[in-house]
Amino acid sequence: MKQVTGTHSVKLDKFCLVAATAALLSLIFPLTGIDAETGKQIAFVGDIPGLAIAMALCVIVGAAFTWLGVGKIQYAAIILAVAVFGCWQAVTALYDHGLAGHATSGFWLFILSLWAFVWRGIDVVARYRSLETAKQQSANILVPIAFGIWLLFVWEVIVAGFGVPQVLLPAPSAIGVRFINSTDTLAADFYQTFIKAVISGYVIGCGSAFIVAIAVDRVPFLKRGLLPLGNMVSALPIIGVAPIMVMWFGFDWQSKAAVIVIMTFFPMLVNTVTGLNAAGKLEKDLMATYASGYWSTLLRLRLPAAMPFIFNALKINSTLALIGAIVAEFFGTPIVGMGFRISTEVGRMNVDMVWAEIALAALAGTAFYGAVAFAERKATSWHPSFRVRRH
Amino acid sequence: MTLKAVVNNVAKMPASTDAVVDIQKLSLTFQTADGPVYALSDVDLTIERGDFVSFIGPSGCGKTTLLRVIADLEKATGGDISINGVSAQEARENRAYGYVFQAPALLPWRTIERNVTLPLEIMEISKEERIRRGHEALKLVELNGFEKKFPWQLSGGMQQRASIARALSFDADLLLMDEPFGALDEIVRDHLNEQLLKLWARTNKTVAFVTHSIPEAVYLSSKIVVMSPRPGRIIDVIKTDFPKDRGLDIRETPEFLEVAHRVREGLRAGHSYDE
Repeated sequence: MKQVTGTHSVKLDKFCLVAATAALLSLIFPLTGIDAETGKQIAFVGDIPGLAIAMALCVIVGAAFTWLGVGKIQYAAIILAVAVFGCWQAVTALYDHGLAGHATSGFWLFILSLWAFVWRGIDVVARYRSLETAKQQSANILVPIAFGIWLLFVWEVIVAGFGVPQVLLPAPSAIGVRFINSTDTLAADFYQTFIKAVISGYVIGCGSAFIVAIAVDRVPFLKRGLLPLGNMVSALPIIGVAPIMVMWFGFDWQSKAAVIVIMTFFPMLVNTVTGLNAAGKLEKDLMATYASGYWSTLLRLRLPAAMPFIFNALKINSTLALIGAIVAEFFGTPIVGMGFRISTEVGRMNVDMVWAEIALAALAGTAFYGAVAFAERKATSWHPSFRVRRH
Repeated sequence: MTLKAVVNNVAKMPASTDAVVDIQKLSLTFQTADGPVYALSDVDLTIERGDFVSFIGPSGCGKTTLLRVIADLEKATGGDISINGVSAQEARENRAYGYVFQAPALLPWRTIERNVTLPLEIMEISKEERIRRGHEALKLVELNGFEKKFPWQLSGGMQQRASIARALSFDADLLLMDEPFGALDEIVRDHLNEQLLKLWARTNKTVAFVTHSIPEAVYLSSKIVVMSPRPGRIIDVIKTDFPKDRGLDIRETPEFLEVAHRVREGLRAGHSYDE
């Protein structure tokens, strides 16, 4: 945003105005509630110099940029730096100065001020355009990271500030501590659920669906007979199928892999069959003029043309597979596995462990999806959605 | 063409003429839900070795269909067709012709080089040989230096030239071209026409060329086949005798205008008959 130097209209930066006003009010309003025993307020702004400095800084910087506008990326860096300092002081005040569970309007106004700064700062970074790839890429990476950290901060502050019981929602810091202290258990669960069940189920499910898709494409009666049947199998509820698979294949990872095979088979089958028909008539005629045989045409034209569809199925299945494995473990497992851990720790009210497993599942699922998406980028870089100019 | 090739071809040929394409009483009827559509009816045509034959006519006159029958992409429902003395299907299986479509039809996941050498790959020719022939074909259409580019990095005219190089790469004697320059602008089109003529003069290939532009047909051809629609049939065959190394300037000569006039008259006659 550029400063407007008109005589009667100066355009103010609304977010910075909100930040400055909220910070100013936070200095005035009470920071905490009244202690039931002493009848006095637990803490004053004056008692916590770090927090007071952060609030004052927010007022000054907010006021300055209300007039200047946050047009430059350097300005955004300044307000984000102020916000980071503010967040640090807020957390310190919560845990070291007894605000946890007692925070009131003054504190929340300060959080509102930080929110306005972060919003404005990320907004500027998100709109940043540079011809230098390195700068552009760091800006692109910074946006989701900054946003993620901010969400974790808000979660932490709300849980601590309102004193939310841990059973309802543990703070991210508590989950992190639990995560780091239980890496052995988590690693064993990950190995059991992800490496053994998910990977094998995914490979068998997608691989067999791919082969069946080629057979379906080659043999017309299979297309009419097998596709509706596959549709029916995919519509089976996982909750109903999982215990049966456990009876068939035992408690170990094989039954989970079987559930994943059932879940992933149909999306892969349908997408591959559709993809095999994606090659245009013109290209098929072209192959006919070279008297290209069935396998030659399949390999050189139809499979490459089907790749975007196949990768679509692989991406869908990468998330389905993990869900399938975790849910299937609710119906009987050896005493290890992500689903097993979640179901038992919930029973013991160890909610932070449940959250640590959820975090692990989120990390593993994201990494899995990311790996498939990366392979897609490499394999179908010719596709219009990925084209990079290479002049 | 080498002497040996000529001898071979003559030996293969049952007829005494040097006909590459011989079509007699050919007809093609499509069965549709609205009743039969007579796409071609009673077509007689001979294309001699070294001819540049243009098919011209309004949309729906069956000129593309005729070319597709020659290429065995459509089956005739009546009459006879022979290419190099064998049936159209055998000719296709022998890879007797290179076909250039209206659109470049380059495969987007292959580089220009790998697109041009696609037919050689299907014919299971060794990699070194493929690369050598690919280079040669690209040189013929002046696209050398673009081997590693992808189709979408090239302009429309360059893409169409690449598709011509692909049709030339396996050195078939017959080139079938279906309005290859129809989607290009006038200047690029003139340039490609000149290049095509040079190529024809140099390689002595037989070319069958579908167009709906009268100047293009007259400029390029040694024989112009005028067609009319519903049912698609030939109404005139005009031979021209411009030298093989003609330049774009012949388009201003009286002979050129005379031939163009005759083509236009033929097209008009075909139309009045239809309405």
